[in-house]
Amino acid sequence: MTVAIDRATGKRRGDRAPRPGPVSRLKRGYQKHWYAYAMIAPVALVLGVIVLYPLAYGLYLTLTDADSLNSARTIGVNEIEATYKFIGIDNYADILWGETAYDRFWSKFVWTIVWTAACVALHYGIGLGLALLLNQKLRGRTLYRLVLILPWAVPTFVTVFGWRFMLADAGIINDGLSALGLPTPAWLEDTFWQRFAAIMVNTWCGVPFMMISLLGGLQSIDASLYEAAEMDGANAWQRFRHVTLPGLRSVSSTVVLLGVIWTFNQFAVIFLLFGNTAPEAQILVTWAYQLGFGQQPREFAESAAYGMLLLAILVVFTSFYRRWLNRNEQQLAI
Amino acid sequence: MSTSTVTTTAPADRPADEKTPPRPSRRRGESGLLARLTTHGVLTVASLIALFPVAWLVFLSLGPDKDDYLRPGGIWGKMTLDNYTFVLQNTNFFDWLKSSLIVSLGTTFIGVLVAATTGYAVSRMRFPGYRKFMWVLLLTQMFPVAVLMVPMYQILSDLQLVDSYLGLILVYCSTAVPYCAWLMKGYFDTIPFEIDEAGRVDGLTPFGTFARLILPLAKPGLAVAAFYSFITAFGEVAFATTFMLDDEKYTLAVGLQSFVSEHDAQRNLMAATAVLIAIPVSAFFYLVQKNLVTGLTAGGTKG
Repeated sequence: MTVAIDRATGKRRGDRAPRPGPVSRLKRGYQKHWYAYAMIAPVALVLGVIVLYPLAYGLYLTLTDADSLNSARTIGVNEIEATYKFIGIDNYADILWGETAYDRFWSKFVWTIVWTAACVALHYGIGLGLALLLNQKLRGRTLYRLVLILPWAVPTFVTVFGWRFMLADAGIINDGLSALGLPTPAWLEDTFWQRFAAIMVNTWCGVPFMMISLLGGLQSIDASLYEAAEMDGANAWQRFRHVTLPGLRSVSSTVVLLGVIWTFNQFAVIFLLFGNTAPEAQILVTWAYQLGFGQQPREFAESAAYGMLLLAILVVFTSFYRRWLNRNEQQLAI
Repeated sequence: MSTSTVTTTAPADRPADEKTPPRPSRRRGESGLLARLTTHGVLTVASLIALFPVAWLVFLSLGPDKDDYLRPGGIWGKMTLDNYTFVLQNTNFFDWLKSSLIVSLGTTFIGVLVAATTGYAVSRMRFPGYRKFMWVLLLTQMFPVAVLMVPMYQILSDLQLVDSYLGLILVYCSTAVPYCAWLMKGYFDTIPFEIDEAGRVDGLTPFGTFARLILPLAKPGLAVAAFYSFITAFGEVAFATTFMLDDEKYTLAVGLQSFVSEHDAQRNLMAATAVLIAIPVSAFFYLVQKNLVTGLTAGGTKG
């Protein structure tokens, strides 16, 4: 029986005979690849049942006017039938260009983009800097490394509360600032400072992952490349620019993509830092949650529509990102 | 790199008759005193920043009064472990811990079990639809909480699974399973293909190769995937907050929020609970962090 383990046998896929008809192709494909299909079947099944089906159902909900008042529900012994009805794309239209669409969607959209860009840039920049420092021969390197990954080791929902204590009006941060004679902003109340605090806390939480991934990337760069560059008279900056950065490219492209996805969807930091006290600092994810579950009546359809829009934004972004990488002849690891 | 170096040892690899170097020489990988001091300075500051919020939480948890976080100076005089004893004796801490463990371990178990063969298949085999399948795996990483939450809530309430462990486990599996498959692909990629070939030459079926040869070799990879899904499930907030309604079924992430309600904010107790949660999780994290790092970057560096 032929089974396609072509990466193991080194056989390439390119050499095709003229294409046979669809039926025999299907049959041949099945014979050749049934093992692969059998092995991915469990995941495909699970994804179908707990991802695709809810996704399709959610898509249907976004085309209705479902909220907690007209959905099927049970109160005591009475079961109430769902009474919501199909309204087409009205939800999307309302979110994107309805009245006050700017306040509800676009302002948050812009803030979400700013938030994602700022956080990922800070994560990557600080992470790379620290990774470079840790990649030297250095006394106490292990100790530094262990302390620096602490924000990753402690669950986010714990550390965010620590930050909340520190950022409170009379908390330690404002005490410190006033002791230095600096202004003491209302971190948890004023919109600008809320956003600033959110980015700060998320940066604190996210740097270790980048640092560790990039450190792994740095350590996999062949040391002889540096020797060769030094022989050729490259200075430190040139070595960084022409050896280190290209060597990190494949790790970087992956962690940046993951970082963008995770930050764009970052729920815990903003939700736990502000609860529902900060309408202006909500990014789209937390805002969608707020609509669907943080208020009465719960706007299920609108919340789901926000979710679909968010997913669409990420899918578009990722497609462009992959295309851009492919044009630069890099393969994404995923 | 700065060149103002004080060299202490003569470089051994230099010919003895070389007279020219007024330029201080140093071994590869060593840097100047100034550079070293700067490095240590930066790393120390960074370490303090990383450490401080956690240390602060520990410190506050020792203060007996719920407003002590506003007057931290006062805590020194009256440090006590009362908060801890109170949390352990008079709250649902152990119920929450139980829920968290059930849900996280359940997710981990299903995630690893289901994803292992798939990770191997996408690492070794190329089949029609391969790229699409990988794209779907990536796509599920992109799901914002908001996109599945509403339909999941509706479906689970139809199935009477809201406020049940099984429901939450199913929800978590929607992210854990594809992520595990993806992580394990990264690990399987690092195992040489020659091992597969040897197995096939000796007459094993592809599944036999996987089960008898590759799986035992991939234990660290499995551990990483297991650990990662455990941590993710343990720290998840949004779904747990929405789907667990019963005080006794709260996971720790939800239980911790319940200390701060509109009327009352028992911040001292909250800090103590936070520390109690953080200690075992962080200890566990440090035990496996080396494997975790290799596992994650193996996924990231191999194509």
